[in-house]
Amino acid sequence: MKTNDLIIQTTTKVVFFIIFLFSIHIFFAGHYTPGGGFVGGLVMSSAIVLLMLAFDLKTVRDMLPFNYTVITAIGLLISLLTAAGSIYFNVPFFTHVYDYFNLPLLGETSIHTAMFFDTGVYLVVVGVTMNIIQMIGGDE
Amino acid sequence: MSLIFAIFLPILVAIVIPFLFKKISSIHTGWFVLIVPVVLVGHYVTYISAIMDGTTYIDKFEWIPSLDISVVSYIDGLSLLFSLLITGIGALVVLYSVFYLDKDREKLGNFYVYLLLFMSAMLGVVQSDHLISLYFFWELTSISSFLLIGYWYTKDRSRFGALKSMMITVFGGLMMLGGFVLLGIMGETFSIRELIEQAPTLVGQEFFILALVLVLIGAFTKSAQFPFYIWLPDAMEAPTPVSAYLHSATMVKAGLYLVARFTPIFALSEVWVWLVTGVGLLTLLWGSFFAVKQTDLKAILAFSTVSQLGLIMSLLGIGSISYHVTGDLVTIFTFASFAAIFHLMNHATFKGSLFMIAGIVDHETGTRDIRKLGGLMSLMPISFTIAMIGSFSMAGIPLFNGFLSKEMFLDATLSLQHFNVHSLESWWMLFPIVAWIASVFTFVYSLYFVLHTFRGKYKPDLLPKKAHEAPIGMLISPAVLAVLVIIIFFVPNYFGNTFIKPAVAAIQPLAYKVPADVGFHIKAWHGFDSIALYMTLGVFLIGFLLYKSIAKWTPIYGMLPARMSLNGFYDWLMNLSDKGANRLSSSYMTGSIRSYLIYMFAAVIALLAFTMWTKDAFVINLTNLAPIQFFEILISVVLIISTITILVTKSRLTAIISLGAVGYTVALFYIIFKAPDLALTQLVIETVSVALFLGAFYHLPKMDKYEKGKEDRLFRLNNFLIALGVGVMVSLIAIASHSQKLVKSISEYYKETVYSEAGGGNIVNVILVDYRGFDTLFEISVLTIASLGIIGMITVRLAKKKGDRKVENK
Repeated sequence: MKTNDLIIQTTTKVVFFIIFLFSIHIFFAGHYTPGGGFVGGLVMSSAIVLLMLAFDLKTVRDMLPFNYTVITAIGLLISLLTAAGSIYFNVPFFTHVYDYFNLPLLGETSIHTAMFFDTGVYLVVVGVTMNIIQMIGGDE
Repeated sequence: MSLIFAIFLPILVAIVIPFLFKKISSIHTGWFVLIVPVVLVGHYVTYISAIMDGTTYIDKFEWIPSLDISVVSYIDGLSLLFSLLITGIGALVVLYSVFYLDKDREKLGNFYVYLLLFMSAMLGVVQSDHLISLYFFWELTSISSFLLIGYWYTKDRSRFGALKSMMITVFGGLMMLGGFVLLGIMGETFSIRELIEQAPTLVGQEFFILALVLVLIGAFTKSAQFPFYIWLPDAMEAPTPVSAYLHSATMVKAGLYLVARFTPIFALSEVWVWLVTGVGLLTLLWGSFFAVKQTDLKAILAFSTVSQLGLIMSLLGIGSISYHVTGDLVTIFTFASFAAIFHLMNHATFKGSLFMIAGIVDHETGTRDIRKLGGLMSLMPISFTIAMIGSFSMAGIPLFNGFLSKEMFLDATLSLQHFNVHSLESWWMLFPIVAWIASVFTFVYSLYFVLHTFRGKYKPDLLPKKAHEAPIGMLISPAVLAVLVIIIFFVPNYFGNTFIKPAVAAIQPLAYKVPADVGFHIKAWHGFDSIALYMTLGVFLIGFLLYKSIAKWTPIYGMLPARMSLNGFYDWLMNLSDKGANRLSSSYMTGSIRSYLIYMFAAVIALLAFTMWTKDAFVINLTNLAPIQFFEILISVVLIISTITILVTKSRLTAIISLGAVGYTVALFYIIFKAPDLALTQLVIETVSVALFLGAFYHLPKMDKYEKGKEDRLFRLNNFLIALGVGVMVSLIAIASHSQKLVKSISEYYKETVYSEAGGGNIVNVILVDYRGFDTLFEISVLTIASLGIIGMITVRLAKKKGDRKVENK
C-alpha cells in the first residue's frame, strides 16, 4: 500500500526549522527564562523524531549523518571538562564564573561557564535520545 | 630526581610504550623499556654511600590531605636494597625478554606496559612509609602480576593461574588492609616510622594480636607461604622473564619485606616470633619435599622458590627473637636477620639465573618436561655451566654464595637453644632438624634439576625442536647473575657492608643505631668445632645418596591423595562460590522487567511506610488550602478517564496514546501551578516518549499473553496491590509534607542568591547547571551509560539474528 504523506512532509520541512530554532532559543535563554540545555536537547530530539515520522529512518539518517554515540561522548566530555576546568584555576571542582561582555551585534551579553556545561547536557540529551530511538526503531 | 618521581617513572614511560610498539616495529620495544631500569639503578646507586653511614631520605607527596593519605617515599637500608634488586634484576630481565619474546608475534606493547606497571608498584611497596599507600602499591603488584601471568590469555592454564594468584594475593591484601587500619586506629597514625616509635605502647592494646595476624596473612599470601603457596606453581604459566622477575626475585619477596619492615612493631609479641618462624620452616620443608616430585622445570623452580622463601621467612622470625632477650644473646639472634637479608640477596641471584636457564631450555628445545630432557650438556655448554653454578649455589655447595648463607641459616636455627623463655627444653631441637631435612631435599632437587636436564641420555625424538645453544644475548643476563653468585662467595663482606648491614640496621633499630654497628663478618670456614659444618656434610652425603636412589623412593608421592590437597580445596571453594553466586542471582534475576519493577516498587513502599510509621510522620492539616477552580476539576477528570483507559483497554496503541494524554494533562497542571519549566519539559518528554513507545511497539509481546487462567488473576492482584501501595504512599507523603512545614523552604535561599551569586534568572535551570551541577553531571553520565547499554543489547540481538539466518541458509 502506498501511503500519502504529502501534507506532513511539506509541513515538516518548514516546522523542523522552527522547532530547531526554538530549541536553540530556549537553550540560550535558559539561564534567565524557562528553558535550558535539557529541554533544548529534548526539543531538538523531538524535531528529529518529527522528521523520522514524516519521512523514514533511512532518509533521516542520510540527511543527518551523525554518529550519535560520538555526540553523546563529546557532550559528556564538554560538561566534565567545564566542571574540571576550575581545578586549573585552583578553585574547587565545579566553580562557575561569569562576566558581561560587549559583543558585536548582540550588545551586552553575559557569558557564563554554566553555558558550556549546559552545551554538554544539550548534546548528551540529543545524542542519547536519538541513539535510543534510532536503535529501537531500526531494529526490525 | 625526586624519590616520588622515581617511583612513578616506569608508569609514566609505560604510557608511550604502546605507541612505540605500534610505530617503530623494526626495533624490539624491549630496548626502549630497558632504559628505565638502567636509569633507576644508576639513580639508586648514588644513595648507597650515604645509606651506609646511616642517613635516610624522605620525600612526601600529599595525595588526599583531607583523609591524611599521602605517598611517602622513605629510603633506608632495607628499602634501598629492595629498590636495587627491583631495578637491577628488572634491567637484566628486560634484556633477557628482548631475546625471549619475538617482536613480530608477541603483543609486546601489553607485556612491557604490565612489566613497567609492576616495577612502579613494587618500588612503591618497598619505599612507602604510609600504610595506605603501601596497601595501594601492594594491590597494584597483585594486579600487574595477574595481567602478566595471563599474558598468553588464549591458554586456559594461563587464565586459571592468573585468577588463582589474584584471588589468593588479593584476599591476603584485604586482610592486610584490615590489619593496617587497626594499626592506624591504635597508633593514630599511618606512618610506619611513627608506629615503630610507639611499638612498646601498642603491644598491650586489645587488637594488637589481630592486627599482627592480619598483616601476616597478607605477607604469607604474597610470599607464597604454607598454606597459601598454591598460587605460585600455577603462576608459572607466565612468560619465563616474568617468572624470573616477579615470581622469584621481587614480588614474592614483598611479603618478606613486609615482615622485615614490621619486625620493629610486632616483634615484641611472641606470637609473631613463633608464627613467622614456624610457618617459614613448615613452608621450607613442604616446598623442598614436593619440588622433587615435579616434572616441569619451572614447577621445580616454583616449589624451590616456595621453600627458599620459607627459609628466609623463618630466619626473619628467629631474628625477631632479639627483641625478647638481652645482653650477648641479642647479637646471636640479630645474626639471623643478617643471614635472612644475605640469603634473600643470594636467592635473587641464583634463582633468577636458574629461571632464565629454564626459559632458555624451553625456548631451544620446545619443552620443559624433565622426563623428555637430558644430555643437553654437550649441545648447550654455556647454559649448562650457568645452570650448574645456580643449582650448586641453591644446594649450598662451597665456592658459591648459597653455601655461605645456608651455613648461616643452620647456625641460626641452632641458636634457638639459647632462647628458653617458655622452657623450651629440648623442643628447640625440632627446628634445626626440620631445617636439616629440608636442606637435604633442597640438595636433591638442585641436583635433579641440573643433572636430569643436562646429563644423561639425549632424547632428540621426544623434543619438539632440535636443541642448540641459545643466542648470546639471551645468555648475558643469566651469565651476569651466575658471575655474581661466584663473586659474592669470594668477597661476601663487601656486599655485607654495602647492602646487608644497612638493611639489618633497619630491621633491628633497637640493637643498632647505624649500619656500622652491625659487627658481623661472613666467613666460609668456621673451624672444626662448628656444628653447622657437620650438618652441611651430612646434607651432602645423605642428599647424594637420595639423589642416586631417586627412582626407588619417589613412588611415595603417589600415595598422597589428590583430592585432599590444598589445590583441591581451592578448586572446591571456587566452584562453590561460583555456583552459589549463580544460584543466588538467578533466583531473582529472572530477566523479566515486570519482576524487577515489582521488587523496586515494593521496596519503595516498604521503605516509605516504615519511615512514616516509625517517625510518626503523617499529619493532615486542612486549613490554609487554596480553593479548587473549575478547570482543575476538569483536568482531573480527563486525567482519571485516561488512566482508567490505560487499565481497561485491550489495544496497546490505545494504551500508549492514553499514557500520552496522562502526561499532557499533568503538564497542564504544571502550567496552572505556574511551573513553566516543568511544563515545557513534561510536554517534550511526553512527545518524545510516545514516539519511543511506538518504536518499541514492535518488540513487545502480545498483550493477551497474560490474559488467561488463575495465574493471571494472581498476577493482576499482585500488580493491583503494588500500584495501590505506591499511590497511597505518595499521596500520604504529599499530604503530610503539605501539612507540616518543619523546616524553612530552600526556595527562599535560591531566590536571594540566584542573581547575586549564580548570575542567572531562572532558578530551575541554575539549579540544574550550578547549585546541583554535580547531580546533572552524574545524570548525563548515567544517561550515556544507559544508551550505550541499549546499543549493546540491540546490536547483540541483531548479530544473533543474522547468525541464525546464516545457519538457516545453510
